[in-house]
Amino acid sequence: MKIHKTVLIVAAVCIALAGCTKRNVKEEQPGSSGTEYAPSANTSPMGPSVGGRYTPADLETDSCLRQRVVYFDFDQDTIKPEFQAIVACHAKYLMDRPEARMRLEGNADERGSRQYNLGLGERRGNAVMAAVQGSGASASQMEVISYGEERPVCTESNEECWAKNRRVEFVYTAK
Amino acid sequence: MNRFLSVFLLMLACIAAPAFAQGLDVGLVTGNDAALPIAVVPMEYQGSSAKPDTNVADVIRADLNRSGQFRSLPENQIVEHPMTGADMKYPTWRLLKQDYVLIGRVLDSSDGGYRVEYELFDVAKQQRILGQAMTGRPLEMRRVAHEIADQVYEKILGVRGAFDTQIAYVTKVGLGDNTKYSLMVADADGFNPQSVVNSRESLMSPAWSPDGHRLAYVSFERGNSTIYLQTLGTAAREVIAAFKGINDAPAFSPDGKKLAMTLSKSGSPEIYVMDLATRQLTQITNHYSINTEPMWMPDSATLLFTSDRGGKPQIYQVPASGGEPVRVSFQGQYNAHATVSYDGKKIAVEQGSGNVYRIALLDRSYAGAGHWQMLSPGDLDESPSFAPNASMVLYAAKENGRGVLYAVSADARVRDRLILAEGSVQEPAWSPYRAR
Repeated sequence: MKIHKTVLIVAAVCIALAGCTKRNVKEEQPGSSGTEYAPSANTSPMGPSVGGRYTPADLETDSCLRQRVVYFDFDQDTIKPEFQAIVACHAKYLMDRPEARMRLEGNADERGSRQYNLGLGERRGNAVMAAVQGSGASASQMEVISYGEERPVCTESNEECWAKNRRVEFVYTAK
Repeated sequence: MNRFLSVFLLMLACIAAPAFAQGLDVGLVTGNDAALPIAVVPMEYQGSSAKPDTNVADVIRADLNRSGQFRSLPENQIVEHPMTGADMKYPTWRLLKQDYVLIGRVLDSSDGGYRVEYELFDVAKQQRILGQAMTGRPLEMRRVAHEIADQVYEKILGVRGAFDTQIAYVTKVGLGDNTKYSLMVADADGFNPQSVVNSRESLMSPAWSPDGHRLAYVSFERGNSTIYLQTLGTAAREVIAAFKGINDAPAFSPDGKKLAMTLSKSGSPEIYVMDLATRQLTQITNHYSINTEPMWMPDSATLLFTSDRGGKPQIYQVPASGGEPVRVSFQGQYNAHATVSYDGKKIAVEQGSGNVYRIALLDRSYAGAGHWQMLSPGDLDESPSFAPNASMVLYAAKENGRGVLYAVSADARVRDRLILAEGSVQEPAWSPYRAR
């Protein structure tokens, strides 16, 4: 089954990448400054406010759950180590709240063809979905939608802006 | 060099001046010394009612210049104004180094419109090679001018002209929540833009039906990408594909019977072919990579498409009935969005190396892997689309933070920019020939 294979690959890559950020830097295009511009994750302590299980209120107050974006390196759909915590807390939210529904919106930067970028955005959304599933959440609570390069958060043609657009956003359609 | 510069500036002024009245800026970017010199003499109105609001000779002059194949003598250098063959004095035109002279006169037609009688002369042979009349209603005179330009082009070059054609494109105006998208159709020179669809969500990938009456396109108005098919001139449209995942990149087969598309309902983007009569879908590719941007070869039996199965996007070829894809592009790190010439010999693509994306042309009539030529300077050029006679390629570029359209001649000698007065333009698609 395709999904299990992807989960295994992502899991294997995550393990291999743990502590090895150099590999990501090597995969970047010449001229792009990948990690030094990439928006980073907030790693301050987090946890549910009520008895070990998340509640909808935590979506607004929990420092991990409030982070709703995972960023990617150019032409990559690998989830970088600094975003593992975000994946984990949203996965836990889905597990704690069986009625919750989440849309993963995949995006790409403006370089290259719009149609191919629709595919790239979906690939990133699928990678995040696989990682969230890998943490135990159910696929039935998630859907992936790709916007390709059609929903940029900025429009400058430089690496700083491109890095902000290479992202997957967590959008809760039911809490 | 000075003389060329002043000729070039005059041409720019002549073309730009009337265009500003429409809110468009159509500017020639480069010149071409090897083009055929032709004099298009102003055509006098000899009727008895109001003269047409279109200067037919101006439109013809601009068309021929834009093709890159001709260099029209600027109007202020046309020292004689023959109206009929009897007025023609060949020595004048030999002195002005013109190979061809087009003359004409505008008369009233019996149904309330106008009749343009025109004659084309070969200066070296000292003979008339074309003599015709064309009628049109008062508001259709730009089309009449384009049709005349097509006749002149075909007579001299032996290839059908593509001036009387249209372009479709997407415009994006405003920012954030106030962004408005429109799918537009205009004349191939950018005039007479009409909106076909207006939306607050993204529109992409317009594709013309071979009869020019319908557009397939992608819209995000339902939340996810959806392929629609709309009949022009009406608001009638239907949903063609609204599956889970990506629904994108529609492309009509040249025989009009099939629509190729990209669907990711099976888990990753694959190429499908839909029979338009039965609406039955056939899956063509079966590979976990991104497979998209199907484009039909003229035989309606072969598809080109973009795939990153080899690592980065490249162009592949596959039978439209299915089979093993074969790679076609072997230059450039990144090749996508193929558009094919009417004879199947040339492919224009978006080609990327590092951070620079340009339009490149592959001529497959050469032996081996073919011959590549760069058509545009980059850095963010995309979405090439061939004119139906393959003389020019329309593409999108980014300049000063917004999208603009360029038309470049297939030999890269002349490049012509079309920009809107406001907003961003993207996703151009050149129409087929109009029915004759």
